[in-house]
Amino acid sequence: MNKYIIEKIVFWVFRLMTLLVVGILVWILGFIAYHGIQVLSWDFLTKMPEEGMTKGGIFPAIVGTVCLMVGSMIFAFPTGVMSAIYLNEFLGEGKIKSLINLMTDNLAGIPSIVFGLFGMALFVNKLHFGDSIIAGSLTLGLLVLPIIIRTTETALKSIDDTYRHASYALGASKLYTIKNVVLPMAMPNVITGLILGMGRVSGETAPILFTAAAYFLPQLPDSIYDQVMALPYHLYVLATSGTDIETARPMAYGTALVLILFVLFCNLAANFIRSIKN
Amino acid sequence: MSSKIEITNLNFYYGNFHALKNISFTIPENQVTAFIGPSGCGKSTLLRLFNRMNDLIEDIHLDGEIKIDGKNIYSRNTDLIQLRKNIGMVFQKPNPFSKTIFENVAYGLKVNGVKDTNEINSQVESALTKAALWDEVKDKLNKSALALSGGQQQRLCIARCLAVRPEIILMDEPASALDPISTAKIEELILELKSKYTIIIVTHNMQQASRISDKTAFFYLGELIEYGSTNQLFTAPKIERTQNYITGRFG
Ligand SMILES: Nc1ncnc2c1ncn2[C@@H]1O[C@H](COP(=O)(O)OP(=O)(O)OP(=O)(O)O)[C@@H](O)[C@H]1O
Ligand SMILES: [Mg+2]
Repeated sequence: MNKYIIEKIVFWVFRLMTLLVVGILVWILGFIAYHGIQVLSWDFLTKMPEEGMTKGGIFPAIVGTVCLMVGSMIFAFPTGVMSAIYLNEFLGEGKIKSLINLMTDNLAGIPSIVFGLFGMALFVNKLHFGDSIIAGSLTLGLLVLPIIIRTTETALKSIDDTYRHASYALGASKLYTIKNVVLPMAMPNVITGLILGMGRVSGETAPILFTAAAYFLPQLPDSIYDQVMALPYHLYVLATSGTDIETARPMAYGTALVLILFVLFCNLAANFIRSIKN
Repeated sequence: MSSKIEITNLNFYYGNFHALKNISFTIPENQVTAFIGPSGCGKSTLLRLFNRMNDLIEDIHLDGEIKIDGKNIYSRNTDLIQLRKNIGMVFQKPNPFSKTIFENVAYGLKVNGVKDTNEINSQVESALTKAALWDEVKDKLNKSALALSGGQQQRLCIARCLAVRPEIILMDEPASALDPISTAKIEELILELKSKYTIIIVTHNMQQASRISDKTAFFYLGELIEYGSTNQLFTAPKIERTQNYITGRFG
């Protein structure tokens, strides 16, 4: 066989693999969309579950997931951004910084169920928050902290030092420079991190399993100490342990579709912010 | 002609690296002084010592004295903010902040606590006028500074440092990223500014040094090889190494 043919074959193998990957993704999305769209309606989005969750809507689960997304960010966003500022702007290169980076990287690799267990031990039991929005939010916040820190740090790092120096040369202090020059320039990328973090949070099941999620709640939460339903956990319940799994199946697909739309929306919004910046 | 900056027996180290070796000379007031020399000879290092920008770097060490208006700027009681306010700095790559044209020029004023809007407005206009940019930008002060051309951005950066009314302006290869027409404008501007400011410019362009500077200092491997009037240094250098460098035989 000559070189030309070998090259052709290799090229086709690569191309087929790519097609396979794309194909599978499209299949999954198409499958969920096809089944989900049949139950998707205004009522589905805005009504309470009915008849053992085989009818009605998923409104409380949507509300719960939004609460957890917002709640986790209230905790993780300022903490993560401030840590990243400290790491990138104040802490010089060296052993301490490498150690902290190593730890944040490892924190990102911990299985999410472990976060769930930790959240239960600390927030639910030790701090007596009980199964609640606040316990779930704090647990999810810990989970996305590395994402926020990493994206913010990268955003800060990408800003050329001459901008900082120009500000110092005008007599500005370090803090003034960070607030008025560095952060405004980094903001689009920092916000991108925030939104990606929210997308991640919306889909996590394990961390809320023992800290926030309710099997079924016919009313909306009225304080941060209330339990909530949440989309990923609701999906799990519908698919495995409802009163009538078969009848509930279309509801499961509908829930999955809404969940995917949440994540998709977050990713698109992040992309959009990135693109208007460039 | 009075002296503005006096450098005496200056030695400077980055860690163990001896970057400036026993340098002594005097920079005159209201004149343009050019620093020339091959890459890595310490021109930027010396320039950054004048407004203590090197303070930001860890593990540096300085011996000797730098006096501005007779005061040692490395003495304990130096007010760093006051020092930097008194010394403007223009960088190699134009680096306006991603703010409006107006905000860029007003930045230094706000840093220094000026709050009065009328005062800020008039200072911004005056700085832009001095930087020969006012006519080009007066109708778009609230547009982003990043929309300006490279040459305009560099003049904006000059306006930004003029706004805080410095006495000394440091320029590190301010035209090396610009096209010939923008470069000519910057050079013209430097010549206009020198009646009111003491200007120190680092340049790799021999023609530029001879066109705009009154004094020239030639550095080589951290040493000051020759310093004198630009005219004399370019037409009759006293030292062979200077001769070789300005005629392009090495560098
Ligand atoms: N932050 C630093 N840490 C350690 N060494 C440095 C640092 N900055 C510069 N140096 C070294 O000091 C020497 C002088 O550098 P400097 O930037 O002053 O040269 P320069 O004359 O401005 O060169 P160029 O014309 O390329 O800008 C070089 O050998 C350089 O490697
Ligand atoms: Mg340099």
